[in-house]
Amino acid sequence: MQNKLKNNLGLLGWLSGGRYGAERYAYALHRLSGLGILAYFLMHIFVTGSRVNGKAQWDQTMGFFSSPLFKIGEFMVYLAFAYHAINGIRLIMVELGYMVGRPGLPSFPYSYSTLRQRPLFVVVMVLAAVLMIIGGADFYHMMR
Amino acid sequence: MRESKLWAWHIVTAAIILVLLGLHMGVMHLGAILHALGIGAGHPTHADEVFRRSQQLFFMVTYILLLGAALFHGLYGLRSMLFELSLSKTAEKLIGGLCAVAGFALFIYGGYVAVAVFRLKGV
Repeated sequence: MQNKLKNNLGLLGWLSGGRYGAERYAYALHRLSGLGILAYFLMHIFVTGSRVNGKAQWDQTMGFFSSPLFKIGEFMVYLAFAYHAINGIRLIMVELGYMVGRPGLPSFPYSYSTLRQRPLFVVVMVLAAVLMIIGGADFYHMMR
Repeated sequence: MRESKLWAWHIVTAAIILVLLGLHMGVMHLGAILHALGIGAGHPTHADEVFRRSQQLFFMVTYILLLGAALFHGLYGLRSMLFELSLSKTAEKLIGGLCAVAGFALFIYGGYVAVAVFRLKGV
């Protein structure tokens, strides 16, 4: 029998950072971006599947998705990807024990794993922002 | 033990996706910039360009690998989120089963498309 605690917060437990700081909001955003990417990916499988019927069918499908509304949606997916991918690297590093330091007895001034990985968090957010800006420039070129 | 193995695969597929989707995003979303700079081929979503890529062995293989890794990673992530809602054992089994069936079905469909388009080469 697994020892599981009951989740009394339900969906709110996913989104609310409470008193847990920036990393908790990063976690909520990681999940939201993941769900957005999954929804897009499932549609993407069928949209790109249209190429099996030849170039004419592909052009017709792309014509349907060429409106600015879809382009904005695609850009939103790109933003979600940039965030999810770069924040995911941080999560893997932390999961494997990098950048969180060694465990030790608490002594003043207190240092804890969340605080020790904070520089990594900042670097990751900056990198994600840079990727978003580069992607934004590309979308701007495509829209023109 | 089973959940630990699935979690390990979740991390392994994340690393695979990072490389392959990074490549895919580079081709798709840096293409316009490279094209504007006079580097690279045509627009990444133009039919000629899409079919040119799809009919190369490298892209066909990486599309199938990416498809499998992304389906596992995405559906396992969704399953984990839903399991955190303190569902009954029956609901957990149902969700797990649905995710597995949907994942296999989509992998077969996507894999079929990748191979079929690759085999159109020269037709």
